[in-house]
Amino acid sequence: MTIYLNVWRQEGPDKPGRFETYTVPDVSPDMSFLEMFDVLNEQLTLEGKEPVEFDHDCREGICGSCNMVINGQAHGPNARTATCQLHMRSFKDGDTLFVEPWRASAFPVIKDLVVDRDAFDRIMEAGGYVSVNTGNAPDANSIPIDKVAADSAMDYAACIGCGACVAACPNASASLFVGAKLAHLSLLPQGQPERNRRVVNMVHQMKEEGFGDCSNHAECEAVCPKGISIAGIAAMRRDYVKAMLAAD
Amino acid sequence: MSTQVREKQPLWRQLFTSQIGKKLLTGLTGLGLTLFVIVHMAGNLSYFAGNEAYNAYAHKLLSLGPLLYIAELGLLAFFVFHIVLGVNIYLGKRKAREQGYKRYKTAGGQSKQSLSSRSMIVTGVILGVFLVLHLVSFKFGAYYEAAESIDGKPVRDLARLLNEKFQSPLYAFGYSGVMVLLALHLRHGIWSAFQSLGATNPRLTPLIYTLGALVGLLIAVGFFILPLWIFFTGGNA
Ligand code: HEM
Ligand code: FES
Repeated sequence: MTIYLNVWRQEGPDKPGRFETYTVPDVSPDMSFLEMFDVLNEQLTLEGKEPVEFDHDCREGICGSCNMVINGQAHGPNARTATCQLHMRSFKDGDTLFVEPWRASAFPVIKDLVVDRDAFDRIMEAGGYVSVNTGNAPDANSIPIDKVAADSAMDYAACIGCGACVAACPNASASLFVGAKLAHLSLLPQGQPERNRRVVNMVHQMKEEGFGDCSNHAECEAVCPKGISIAGIAAMRRDYVKAMLAAD
Repeated sequence: MSTQVREKQPLWRQLFTSQIGKKLLTGLTGLGLTLFVIVHMAGNLSYFAGNEAYNAYAHKLLSLGPLLYIAELGLLAFFVFHIVLGVNIYLGKRKAREQGYKRYKTAGGQSKQSLSSRSMIVTGVILGVFLVLHLVSFKFGAYYEAAESIDGKPVRDLARLLNEKFQSPLYAFGYSGVMVLLALHLRHGIWSAFQSLGATNPRLTPLIYTLGALVGLLIAVGFFILPLWIFFTGGNA
C-alpha cells in the first residue's frame, strides 16, 4: 500500500515548525506504524535528507515513548493501542495521514515528533512513590489486601506515562495521569501513610508544570492505551478534599 | 527519605487556586445554579394557573423581604464565582496549549466530548449576558399595578408584563433559543459537576450523564413553553 504523510518537522525547541509531505510506497499492512516510519527514514537517509526524529523504545506497548498524534488522535485510531502496536492494516491504501507531536505547553517539542515529558517526572518526584526502607521482602500474605482493591490498583498501575491523556485533552490537563498514579498507591496499604501529602503535592506540581484544568471531557480515558478510567480523577478529587480538611 | 512536605497552604487558597479546588467550586456553584433554575422554572409554570396565581406567587416571594435579599445575594455570589472560575479555566486551557493541532478528532468510545462540552464557555457567556438583559426586562422592568390586592397591599402585575413582552417574536424566540443553550450547558454541566465533586463511579456515570442531560432538557422545555405559549395564543386574558 502507498501512504501519504504530512509530518511535523521542527529543528529544535525554539525553531518554527512546519508540515513536510512524504510518500511511502510499498508499505506492508503487517508493518507497525513505527516500522513504516523506519522505512520512511531509510528513504530520507538515502536521499541525503534528515530523518524524522521520533521517540520509541520497547515497541511492545509498555514504555510509553512512541508518542504521535495521527490524524488528530493520540496514538491513532485504535482504542487501547499505543502507536508501536498500531499496524498499517488499520489504514487504507492511498490514505493521507497527518502526524503531529503531543501538543501541550508543558510538553515542549525537542525535535520533530519528540517532546520533553520531564513534567511528568517532576510530578512523580513530588509524591508518586512510597517511602519504605528496603530490606527483605515481607512474607507473602502478611499484609492482607482485598482482591478487588488489588486488581483495581493494578489497573491504575498499568499507566505507562505516555502522556496521551494530555495530548488528547482539549484543555491539555494531566488529571488522568496524576489520578492514576495516586489511585494506584491509595488503594494499597503501603500508600496510606503519605496519602494526604501525596495528593496535595502532586496536584500542586501538575499546576506548576502548566497543565490545564480538567473539564471532564473524558477524552483521556478514550485515548489511553491502557484504558485507565476517569474514576481515578474522581478518586483524586475525593482524596484532595480529605487532605484539605485534614489537620496535618 | 520521606516525602518532602511543602508548606501547607491555607484552606481558601487550596479551594480557589488548586486545580481540584477550582473544580469543586465550579461544580458546587453549577449545581446550586441548576437548583435555582429548577425552582424558577417551576414558579413560572404557575402562570398556567392564571394571571392572579402568577402575581400572587411573585408577591409572596417579594414579601419575604430581607430573606429574599439574602437569597439574592447568595445567588449573585454563586453566579460570580461560577463565571469567574469558568472563564479562568477557559483562559488557562488556552495557555496550556499555545500551539494547537492541525487535525483534531475525538476518539469516541468512552469520551464524553461533545458539542455541549466544547461550548461550555460560549453557552455560559451567553447565559450571563442573557441574565442581565432578563433582569432589566422583568425584575427591573415596567411596574404595573394589579387590580387585585393581597392583605390590603398593592400587587405587581407581572403577568401583564409577561403577556406584553412575549407578543414580540424577538422576546419569545430569543428566550426560547437561550433556553436551548441552557439545555446544552447542562447536558455536559450536570454530569460534569458530579464528576468534579468526585461523586461518580464507572457504574453510576452513564446513569448520571443520561439523567443530567434529561434534567437539562426538561428545564429548558419548562422555561420556553411559557413565552411560546403566550406568543402563539396571546396568553392569559
Ligand atoms: C451565567 C453565566 C455562566 C457562565 C459564564 C458559565 C460558564 C461555565 C463554564 C465555562 C463551565 C465549564 C467549566 C469547566 O470547564 O470545567 C461551566 C460549568 C457548569 N455550569 Fe455554567 N456558566 C454559566 C451559567 C450557568 C448556569 C445558569 C448554570 C445552571 C443552571 C450552570 C451550570 C453549570 C454546571 C452544572 C457546570 C459543571 C461544573 C463542573 O464541571 O464542575 N452554569 N459553566
Ligand atoms: S515504543 Fe514503548 S510503548 Fe510504544
